[in-house]
Amino acid sequence: MKETHRPIVEASGLIKRFDTVAAVDGLSFTVERGEIFGLVGPDGAGKTATMRMLAGVMQPDAGSIVIDGIDVVSDPETGKQHISYMPQRFGLYEDLTVDENIRFYADLFEVPARDREERAARLLAASGMSQFRSRLAGQLSGGMKQKLGLSCALVHTPRILLLDEPTTGVDPVSRRDFWRILYDLREEGVTIVISTAYLDEAERCNRLALLHGGRVLYCDTPAALKQHMPGAIVAISSPAGREARAAIAGLEGVGDALLVGDGVHAVVDNAVLRIPQLREALQRANVPFADIAVGEPSIEDVFIALLENGRGLQ
Amino acid sequence: MKLRRLKAIAVKEVLQIWRDPRSLMIALLLPFTQMFLLGYGVNLDLKHLPVCTFDREGSQLSQDLFKHFQASQYFTIARNVQSYSQVVAAIDNADCSIAIVVPPDFSERLNDSGTASVQAIIDATDDNTANIAFGYAAAVVNGFSNDVQVSWIDRQGRPLQQVQPMVVQSRVWFNEDLESRNFIIPGLVAAIMALVGAQLTSLTISREWERGTMELLISTPVRPSELMIGKLIPYLVLGWLDAAFCLAIAALWFGVPYRGTLFALFVTTSLFLFVVLSIGYLLSVLIRSQVGASQIALLATMLPTMLLSGYIFPIDQMPPVIRDITYLIYARYYVTIVKDLFLKGSSIVELATPILFLIVYATAVMVLAAHAFRKRLD
Amino acid sequence: MNAREPGEPQIIAEELIKRFGTFVAVDHVNFRIGRGEIMGFLGPNGAGKSTIIRILCGLLRPSAGRALVAGIDVAADPERVRERIGYMSQKFSLYRDLNVEENLRFFGGIYRVPHNELADRMRFAIDMAGLRGREKALVSTLAGGWQQRLALGCAVLHRPPILFLDEPTSGVEPASRRRFWDLIHTLAADGVSVLVSTHYMDEAEYCHRAALINQGRLIAVGSPEELKHTALGGELLLLEGDSLGPTLAALTDAPGVLDCSVFGNALHVLVRDAARSLTELPALLEQKGLRPTRVEPIRASLEDVFVQLIAIDMAQRRQAA
Repeated sequence: MKETHRPIVEASGLIKRFDTVAAVDGLSFTVERGEIFGLVGPDGAGKTATMRMLAGVMQPDAGSIVIDGIDVVSDPETGKQHISYMPQRFGLYEDLTVDENIRFYADLFEVPARDREERAARLLAASGMSQFRSRLAGQLSGGMKQKLGLSCALVHTPRILLLDEPTTGVDPVSRRDFWRILYDLREEGVTIVISTAYLDEAERCNRLALLHGGRVLYCDTPAALKQHMPGAIVAISSPAGREARAAIAGLEGVGDALLVGDGVHAVVDNAVLRIPQLREALQRANVPFADIAVGEPSIEDVFIALLENGRGLQ
Repeated sequence: MKLRRLKAIAVKEVLQIWRDPRSLMIALLLPFTQMFLLGYGVNLDLKHLPVCTFDREGSQLSQDLFKHFQASQYFTIARNVQSYSQVVAAIDNADCSIAIVVPPDFSERLNDSGTASVQAIIDATDDNTANIAFGYAAAVVNGFSNDVQVSWIDRQGRPLQQVQPMVVQSRVWFNEDLESRNFIIPGLVAAIMALVGAQLTSLTISREWERGTMELLISTPVRPSELMIGKLIPYLVLGWLDAAFCLAIAALWFGVPYRGTLFALFVTTSLFLFVVLSIGYLLSVLIRSQVGASQIALLATMLPTMLLSGYIFPIDQMPPVIRDITYLIYARYYVTIVKDLFLKGSSIVELATPILFLIVYATAVMVLAAHAFRKRLD
Repeated sequence: MNAREPGEPQIIAEELIKRFGTFVAVDHVNFRIGRGEIMGFLGPNGAGKSTIIRILCGLLRPSAGRALVAGIDVAADPERVRERIGYMSQKFSLYRDLNVEENLRFFGGIYRVPHNELADRMRFAIDMAGLRGREKALVSTLAGGWQQRLALGCAVLHRPPILFLDEPTSGVEPASRRRFWDLIHTLAADGVSVLVSTHYMDEAEYCHRAALINQGRLIAVGSPEELKHTALGGELLLLEGDSLGPTLAALTDAPGVLDCSVFGNALHVLVRDAARSLTELPALLEQKGLRPTRVEPIRASLEDVFVQLIAIDMAQRRQAA
């Protein structure tokens, strides 16, 4: 599936400062041709700044970006001819209709007139927006705006797509539709770099870079990431969550314990070993509990555990 | 009404104002500077009006008359001319606002009949000035007339027969009815276009920044020049419509006589539109907030246009420093042009100077605007 | 009714309806929240969460129905309600050009916290936020997590029995988010009723109960466990292998399969009976020449649950229309 060995996007040593704060602080990663690559991290991790530098609308203070053989830092305008960028606010003109928006972007990218209508129709049909063509973009729901934004970005059939937090605040059904479109694009060989603050969206990508404090904490497939989870997660179902947490605090091999709606989620170094010990501790403290079971670590659990273990892996 | 809450709100507001340099500047600095700039700049008095003298007699008496004009604080003799056509030229070139012509039989008439008349030719494109200038001229001549009386009494032992040996007959040129409307309204059109023009484009770039659509635009291969010209064209059309509408109202509804050519009007108006639209565009590029850009556009155009463009208050009456500042006020050139087109019917050649200034202005601002626009977020 | 703490429910909504012109923002919503209970309102943007909260705060009048907060009818006496509630929103909560102390003092004044209590309450808020020693720092210089905790402190200066949090954790680091939720649990343990709205579906895990709202309607309520077990209507399988495209097509109408979608490098298959499908599906795929490398059951996330519920709700609306 990967035709050439050279990654299609190579970012190395990126640094970007705003006043005295380094939003991006020595960031490096590569993206292979035809994959969906995630830049995942909480807000303030440097995702949007990185996406903007990839899109050539912001200059790094240091470092290099090569996209499809083009040095984007020294020649951003050429870079812009090879990518399609969808910023966080989608770039839609609220006072123009769905149709007028697509037409504007088609003209901006000099899509040949005869192809334009056919592509627009196909893109809108794929997102279920065909009957909304004459509606003003400002009157669309969040999910539809997102899909329209994507259609505008795709009308000139780019080979590289940069999406900055496109799924934030969008309803889950639209989010699923959106990812379905992305997967279809992947089948066609389009390379997609997508940034997201939803740590759990990391699992939808081929590979991801986990960002924190402007650096890459981890960069590999989601499956491999979960294997890096130091220890395991244990779920204690109890109506007295705080008491349960207090009872197990300080036990050997027990790390962070998180209060959740139906009890406590605790990080342990070895589930098989520690579960009986937890049971004992709870009984001794007279804390009522229904069950203790091994839980699946979420990407967020892994993220926090990695952070606590130092700077993580590169 | 709870005092506690009221106090909390007031305290918070004070803290916020104190920490916002922009509000402080507007509240304290702006009134201060405007008071000084406009307090000195705006002047309804007339002093040192340039006078052009045409002595058709060349006698001791006529020279005495002119000396009276020179001695008056209201007049300064700017030129002596030798013919009526030179008088016309002098007034056209604004070398003088008033010409005093002494007829060739001045002394003779005075000695024979005891009365003589002096001719004053006044440029009334500025109606205010015209009236006042006439009044001053009449006063100077009166003074001269009294002096002549006295000297006669000294010499002859008796007064001249008439109480008033000299009268001033005025010929008003260019605005014969002295209709103030004819002089105010063309200036008004220019002033309105100056204000409206900059406002039109002041929002265009900042609006895209605020709505977030600019970020996407600058990630595409579009060029700053394409962006600028593409955006200006619709406003140019709008500006033409506006200008045409205002000028039509001036000529057809208010009945201000239009003496120039439509071609000259079109060319000069287009030039002016280029200037104001690109100024608004430049402001929009420099100031990324819509409210900010439109406020600065208003500030930068309103007061200077109303008070320093020559629309109401004549420029040549302002102190030299302020007069120099008016060279920067682009409205000034269009005010001159429109007034001249309406009242004098000037040709493009005659308007060469203000037109040239407009061309330079337009080019400078457009180049600046294209360069100032960066396809970058930082 | 809440099993946490017996007694009168603190927040009651009965057949609540809110219309803006012809648009129905809140559509026959009913719920009750008890003392010390954390209720999460989940749903996409525009679902009506903020509208409901604004009604409960007395900022909007309901078009029909009744809302009682701390026993007070919200439509009849909104002013009295506001003295008993604390409110924190994502869009705005603090004045960025004022410092920590000034913000606290301002809100103390607005809520008329008695002078002799103010110093204590301010100290409590500062400690809760972890801002001791930084009282004179301008809010604009504080990172997101600190601002968020300070905003919470400002909202509880007057010890309200009811707290409304409108998307309080957007844009904040996971570690700070967890710390924030810890604080919420502490407040709830003291008897404060908390209503939190969020579009992060998995934040429902932190709540005692969660309500899913879509297009103005409450389509599910329950504890996270209840929702995961009963609401999905099936069990989830993970399927890995090559040729995901043809595999997806093959499974879409297969017997026992309720839904199938791509998820990263794998497929998530919703089936009626996991045990049966675990044996049946690989065989079915073999017939078509497809060989998955891994098929195993996985736990549904709340996001899966909600997506299903919303999809079902949308389908029902389309049929009704």
